[in-house]
Amino acid sequence: MSDRLKVDRKFVPLLATFGVFAALYLYGFLQYKGMRQPQAFFNLFINNAFLLITSVGMTFVILTEGIDLSVGAVIALTSVASAALLENVGMSPYVVIPLMLLMGTLFGGIMGAIIHFFKVQPFIVTLAGMFFARGMCFFISLDAIPIHDPLYRTMALSRIQLPFFERAFLSLGAVVAVVVLVVGMYIAHFTRYGRTIYAIGGNEQSALLMGLPAGRIKISVYALNGFCSALAGIVFSISLLSGHGLYATNVELDAIASVVIGGTLLTGGQGYVFGTLFGVLVTGLIQMLIQFNGDLSSWWTRIAVGALTLIFIGVQSLFSSDKKKRQTMARASAKEPNSQGEIAAGDRLTTDSA
Amino acid sequence: MKQSSFSWQKIRDSQLFWPLLALALIMLFNLFFTPGFYEIEIRNGHLSGFLIDILNRGSILMLLAIGMTMVIATGGVDLSVGAVVAIAAGTATVLINPALATQLISSEELIKDATSTPLWQCIMAALLVATLCGFWNGVLVSKAKIQPMVATLVLMVAGRGIAQLITHGQIITVYYSPYFFIGNGYVLGLPFTLFIVAFVYLCAWLWARRTAFGLFVESVGINPRSSLLSGISEDNIKLAVYTFCGFCAGIAGLIYSSNVKSADANNAGLMLELDAILAVVMGGTLMSGGRFSLLASVIGALVIQSTTTTMYAVGVPAMAASAIKGLVVLVVILLYSEQTKLMLTRVFERVGVQS
Repeated sequence: MSDRLKVDRKFVPLLATFGVFAALYLYGFLQYKGMRQPQAFFNLFINNAFLLITSVGMTFVILTEGIDLSVGAVIALTSVASAALLENVGMSPYVVIPLMLLMGTLFGGIMGAIIHFFKVQPFIVTLAGMFFARGMCFFISLDAIPIHDPLYRTMALSRIQLPFFERAFLSLGAVVAVVVLVVGMYIAHFTRYGRTIYAIGGNEQSALLMGLPAGRIKISVYALNGFCSALAGIVFSISLLSGHGLYATNVELDAIASVVIGGTLLTGGQGYVFGTLFGVLVTGLIQMLIQFNGDLSSWWTRIAVGALTLIFIGVQSLFSSDKKKRQTMARASAKEPNSQGEIAAGDRLTTDSA
Repeated sequence: MKQSSFSWQKIRDSQLFWPLLALALIMLFNLFFTPGFYEIEIRNGHLSGFLIDILNRGSILMLLAIGMTMVIATGGVDLSVGAVVAIAAGTATVLINPALATQLISSEELIKDATSTPLWQCIMAALLVATLCGFWNGVLVSKAKIQPMVATLVLMVAGRGIAQLITHGQIITVYYSPYFFIGNGYVLGLPFTLFIVAFVYLCAWLWARRTAFGLFVESVGINPRSSLLSGISEDNIKLAVYTFCGFCAGIAGLIYSSNVKSADANNAGLMLELDAILAVVMGGTLMSGGRFSLLASVIGALVIQSTTTTMYAVGVPAMAASAIKGLVVLVVILLYSEQTKLMLTRVFERVGVQS
């Protein structure tokens, strides 16, 4: 970015997010003593580890012009199910963790398959998925289950010393989150899979006509997001050492807000996984500033995040007006030959992926 | 199996058929598994029983479904209705007794049966605030051209914060008894809420079906571009529809806070937006917009409410009920999807050929 004098237009939302983050951090730095320590910065990662993990998954879903509203519920379900398996059944954590990841992946994959094969809007399928996962939590247990497993306890208390800073550390969850972020960036920008995701998000019809396996990729993206949610759920239950069905309410909204603030277009096809990191950090920073302030109540966080999301959507619509125009034109012309055309396209799609 | 494909087509095309079938199935289930479900007795001069309960509790959902139907018919969605319910509830209760929000100690002063603002003003203020919320959504969707889901998501996230701002983060309890009439009162032995729903439904029906407005809404939902070319202002239609949805949520908020005699900014109307969307989907209005039926949505709301009540009656924990709800919704969506319809039609055609 910096080696070019003229910044590419597509980087502007990302730079705007970074600017907001830097400005907010500078304000906090000057205003509050506590924020001058490097640990304050790393606490952002520690406190928002699960949000970062699930937001990376959400970025991929949004890049394909989809949405997943079930992530918060899957996090809660993972926490309850893992707590129940560890405590009530007495299974080993080495079995429980892979099992939970498998569950999340399957859950996401099934939702993706329904979205793809039945041509139902992602938002309504994942809404039903959210209902289902939340409800299942309470079928498992109505009360919170504390986790006493020694491995979970060790992981919860682990502090990973950072090399360049004295007395600065990360939690295990934060390290996992950073690893997920790096892997996510690699997948999105350096693999064929990632490029296909961008192609589908840009224009699914053209992606199909180019011979890209749109259906398979779309399903796998939801499965990937399910995996990320389950991983976030494990990190979440390690940090709280318990599982309950009311945990992680509204996390799906925070994740979507973070992705949007991070500069990914909700119309798909454009955005950066790296931007999502700053989306998460900005939401975390707002929360931290409000905590440091002490006078403002916590509900200001919600209002601020909402307002920021709105502003960034506004910024986005400025930069995506070209794409939108093209899409509405395409949609208008696609609707004219009646539903026959769409069904035909659908048949082609199913045969392609079969 | 002697059904010819023609009559199958006709039945399937009626928007009232599926929600009525679902309602009938739930009622049939209750006939066998819930003892005393159909008993209606007169208690304290009004009717009471499971059925009356469903109608009374379902009133909030029916109101939201009426507002949501037209929003969805334009191809949009309103995710903020739950938050608007909380905002309206907070506004009305705060006006009744502002001291409740700012003082922590409960004293004689706080629990007296009086209001500091005339009741009609409380109601008007709550409705006004809710309508403004709807108007805000409408502006974002129609003027700022933001996707409906995202535009209303903003108010869904920020709305609960605003509601807490209004109530100062307190759960406000109301002690003013005339206010209870809205959610708990009875007229002619029937819940007063039912009359509110009937009135709103009638107004909405007259608006949509006795003026051209309903047709405009459907045309915008089916093809916004050609509606625009034929002189229908897409923006104004959308603005009106979202504003009306906010208004409906405002009434629902009043009923809610009056019914439970309090306003909780965190939990008032939680997950209600989902129930409202499901009611509309169950009523056969497609999420992509187009043809809508207010009556079918109201029946859809009743289906959801009676499912919930049935699950409580059978003994499923309140929170766990949502898992079953999720499954029911999924089945309904799959039944409605174009792909399934195509498959069903093929099956029936094949049967028709064989016989």
